[in-house]
Amino acid sequence: MVKYLAKDDLKCIQCGTCEEVCSSAYFKTKDRFKSCIQINEEQGKPEISVCSQCGKCIDICPVMAISRDKQGIVRINKKICVGCFMCVGFCPELSMRQHDDYIEPFKCIACGLCAKKCPTGAISMAEKDDSQSQELKLDKLFNK
Amino acid sequence: MDIKVLRDNHKLLAEYKYELGKIDKGYTGRSLFVNISENKIESKPVSQMMKDKFVGGKGFGLWYLWNATTPSTKWNDPENEIIICGGPVCGITQYPGSGKSLVCSISPATDMPIDSNVGGYFGPLLKFSGWDALELQGKSEKDIIIVIDGNNGTVRIEEASLEAVDGHVLGEQLTEMYADNEEDKRNVAVVTAGSGAEHTRMGLLNFTFYDPRRKVARLKQAGRGGIGTVFRDKKVKALVVKFSSVKGDLNNPFDQGILNRTGIKLHKEVHDLDPKQNNMRKIGTANIIEVMDEYDLLPVMNYQYGNHPDTQKIKSTVFIDKYITQGVQDGCWYGCSLACAKAADNFLLKTGPYKGHKVTVDGPEYENAAGLGSNCAIFDPEGILELNFYCDTYGIDTISFGTATAFAMECYERGIINKEITGGLELNFGNFDSAAQLLHQMSKGEGFGVVVGQGIHRMKELFAEKYGADADFLFDIGMEQKGLEYSEYGSKESLAQQGGYGLTNKGPQHDEAWLIFMDMVNNQIPTFEDKAEALHYFPMFRTWFGLYGLCKLPWNDIAPANNKFTSEPAKIPEHVQNYLDIVYGVTGKRLGTDDMVRESERVYNFQRIFNIRLGKGLRKNDKTPYRSMGPVTKEEYESRQERYDGQLKEKIGYDVTGKTTEEKMAVLRSYREDQYEKLTDAVYKRRGWNSNGVPTIEHLKELGMDLPELIEVVKGLQ
Repeated sequence: MVKYLAKDDLKCIQCGTCEEVCSSAYFKTKDRFKSCIQINEEQGKPEISVCSQCGKCIDICPVMAISRDKQGIVRINKKICVGCFMCVGFCPELSMRQHDDYIEPFKCIACGLCAKKCPTGAISMAEKDDSQSQELKLDKLFNK
Repeated sequence: MDIKVLRDNHKLLAEYKYELGKIDKGYTGRSLFVNISENKIESKPVSQMMKDKFVGGKGFGLWYLWNATTPSTKWNDPENEIIICGGPVCGITQYPGSGKSLVCSISPATDMPIDSNVGGYFGPLLKFSGWDALELQGKSEKDIIIVIDGNNGTVRIEEASLEAVDGHVLGEQLTEMYADNEEDKRNVAVVTAGSGAEHTRMGLLNFTFYDPRRKVARLKQAGRGGIGTVFRDKKVKALVVKFSSVKGDLNNPFDQGILNRTGIKLHKEVHDLDPKQNNMRKIGTANIIEVMDEYDLLPVMNYQYGNHPDTQKIKSTVFIDKYITQGVQDGCWYGCSLACAKAADNFLLKTGPYKGHKVTVDGPEYENAAGLGSNCAIFDPEGILELNFYCDTYGIDTISFGTATAFAMECYERGIINKEITGGLELNFGNFDSAAQLLHQMSKGEGFGVVVGQGIHRMKELFAEKYGADADFLFDIGMEQKGLEYSEYGSKESLAQQGGYGLTNKGPQHDEAWLIFMDMVNNQIPTFEDKAEALHYFPMFRTWFGLYGLCKLPWNDIAPANNKFTSEPAKIPEHVQNYLDIVYGVTGKRLGTDDMVRESERVYNFQRIFNIRLGKGLRKNDKTPYRSMGPVTKEEYESRQERYDGQLKEKIGYDVTGKTTEEKMAVLRSYREDQYEKLTDAVYKRRGWNSNGVPTIEHLKELGMDLPELIEVVKGLQ
């Protein structure tokens, strides 16, 4: 199973609590541009931008710094990352983040802290089937 | 063989320890000089003058080469050098195509400077190890490798007798030898040639990059002009660099944020538009095989024709569907989202010493598919992949091999050479087995393969002198100029591209100008002046990539959605601005588009004068074979009779009624040769050269390139 942060745009009131919680937890600062979850507005309506743990970025990374952990969460190994930001450009959800204060990207790791503080239940922890993971199966591909 | 046995057999010849240093805005400020005759290793400072006038990359390479050699230096003299230099932008990881190395040497094919632009990790890791350039001089008596450890600050010259010579084996051996473990393999980059480079003048250098998914040391090639031949003549088996802490800001750039933003913008563009545009991520440059065929530009049977019904057997979708592994990150340096370095995995070899092996074939690029395929009429995808693999591992340039083999095949078909001369090889067009045999002979240094391996220029001389062939006819059909084989585009119907090939510094390649579509298809440059402007701007613009350590493909193999609505779509203005931005981001130097051209002009004119110093580089050297300009034979004329008859009527007012093909050919030839001369006049004028193709002193002053040593060369030719 894959753990991820589920979202319901209709319930979002754009209070920004999730962004504050995330950037505080991740970077010890209140800065929405340093938050893995970001609340945008699309045609006057709130839009929650956050990683769906689809795994597309896993295949994009040139050094295999991105992988799925035991809970199915897609994580970046910052020690290996070379800061190319291809994963940022190729994220189907546009939810792989980059900030100039850091040379590596960052992303939602489905920790659930923001969900706990969301006043309307617009975001919540959820699980989905492995079959929705989109990364290539390398062993099969290269017969190794 | 066991890696430990190989390593234990190494004999240390010299060791040099150095301070690791720090990169400042793209430059380390020093170059590594290694002389293998004397086993001398030194650090040389990079001067402000070098940065101002030569920038980096091939600029530095040519400058070092000029200073190391004399007007009489030949390619195999010990003072000839091989210089590898990335350039100030080389090694950034955010913008696609920013890991290129430029390699310079005096070429065994052209007997003048050649430069070749190559991917792989060597250039960036060399810089991160503390060196802007590697300057390699001298000749060793025994096979050696040079190992740079960029974490511990050592450079070692080691005798290495047991390692393989062929690129795909040696690349693996040395990657494994110098990596601490599997994860460390991507931190090792190797440069090799191959066994074929020892016996031909078309030897190339393979630059590795370790592919952590395939678990293979992939190969990119510095292909053109025989630098691999120089490498093996010096008895260098390989260069190794190891650096294990790559991050995205090691260039210590002036403004990292600009690099991040510009890179991410292009990544998004590639993500959104590549599938609708060129499909580079699926098939790389080979996406244009069928496009070239459709526009009658694909070289078929030694450039006689521009298309063939069998092209459908080697079109890009055949490779995508059956051979090229899809969806794997294929950049030849970190951050290349265009990812054109495609590979066919588990490919079973059918011939040669590795027959029965399952290998990863790096390719095919368009040039390989066209040169090894259609130009030799080998319309067989597996034949192309096999030749591609062996060219790479033997260290043979696929373009020179393809074009030279196509020439030999035409000579064979026309009875200029026969089975007795070829040692029994039936060199008919389409004969894959014979083409493969030629390659294996080049590897072993035997048979007719060695003759073909000397290139068309020398084959022409041999066939005329020894076998009584008509030298004029060979000049017409031999697709070489300055000693270098043409790359794989038919230029007959595009005057601008004839100039794009012919009016180049290093010989007919498409690194300097590719104007066929602008000229022939889109008719954007109708007058001589328009063409001359294009043959000034584009060669300069393209030269610029080689000064900074960049790849050209992300400039125009992807275009912004609104590009066609810009004032000059062929230049892709938004991408030009991206380049100006990343140069600013790395170096802090704010350039405009005119500065960009000026930076290139300095190096371009320097290279022209370098050619002149070596007895070339004049108008007579820019003459091209007629096959590049028009139909040499009756069959060629008649294959496009309607077009040629129409041109005779419309452009010259020549009445074709009742005329024989021979009569029409003669008139067309005279017209086209005259057009090329007029184009040459216009281009020389635009480039600031006199009618003999010599840069004027006035122009050199304007460029700030009136260096005494340059004036000395050109002053008698004004």
